[in-house]
Amino acid sequence: MHSVGRFLIASALLLQCCGAAAAKQQSEMKGDPKSGEQVYARCMACHSLTENRVGPRHCGVFGRRAGTVPGFDYSPAMRHAKIVWSEKTLNGFLTDPMKYVPGTAMVFSGVPDPKERADLIAWLKEASAGSAACPPGAKR
Amino acid sequence: MQLVKLFNDPLFAAGRRAFIGKSGILLSATAVALMAGREGLAADAKGGSASVADDVRILNTALGAEHQAIAAYQVGAESGLLEKPVLGLAVQFQSQHKEHVDLLAKTISKLGGKPVAALQKYSFPTDKLKSQADVLRFAAGLEQGAVSAYLGAVPAFHNRDLSKAAASILGDEAMHWAILRQALGDNPVPSAFVS
Repeated sequence: MHSVGRFLIASALLLQCCGAAAAKQQSEMKGDPKSGEQVYARCMACHSLTENRVGPRHCGVFGRRAGTVPGFDYSPAMRHAKIVWSEKTLNGFLTDPMKYVPGTAMVFSGVPDPKERADLIAWLKEASAGSAACPPGAKR
Repeated sequence: MQLVKLFNDPLFAAGRRAFIGKSGILLSATAVALMAGREGLAADAKGGSASVADDVRILNTALGAEHQAIAAYQVGAESGLLEKPVLGLAVQFQSQHKEHVDLLAKTISKLGGKPVAALQKYSFPTDKLKSQADVLRFAAGLEQGAVSAYLGAVPAFHNRDLSKAAASILGDEAMHWAILRQALGDNPVPSAFVS
């Protein structure tokens, strides 16, 4: 094989390896819930923890299958998306919602900053699980 | 209340009159821009492309949020918690959201889409609204969210005329947010950028 070809293959492998590592690192980035609450303020035209609004409520979002909050009218795309919400899937979705679930009604260019995304997910995990806003028995 | 003082300030009153006048001009300019682009929109709609469907989806999500904002200001106006100058401001902001609804709905129809209707009922945290400040803080939260939502929508449109119209609405929402923050005694413009 020509050396140029070998170089290209090696470069591609290196990029693939680094890309995967970066994605893994991102999904494992530890977020700060306190900062995440500030980021969540951006979501509040459409979302709340406890009530369905333009978007579905967030209490109990972790571990829930996408498109299944009772009483919320989802897009067909979200109803049929086979996603269970976790740090990893939320990270993917919030990076670029329209790319992650083409046809979603959450038509928003996403939270591009990895740190802000990690903070938001950390806060969402904390607040949606058992905070004062989402006590056990709250609508989920 | 800080907002009452603000309203009684002659400089603010003059500025408010100018603001109201200018905001009318601003929205009209957007409407004109959209109307001017009507042939392009109509052509897009005839094409029935996926990009038009995407744009209609974005517009409909914005329309849903605008319907919700109108309902929220109605709750505030009927709460009995807003003092008179503030009440007038809330009604003014609500009427601007109604103008956004009209424009968005017309544009969606022009593109061949079906504008979403307002919900029969909205769930707001009315049990937590005990004072004028609570109502203002709730409204400020919705306006902040609206700024972010439009900011996220602007680059998502395929049709740049729609991006321009959304940016114009974003500016209006940002003014609402700033004035509500000022009323609450918060820094009205907390940073050089919105996110």
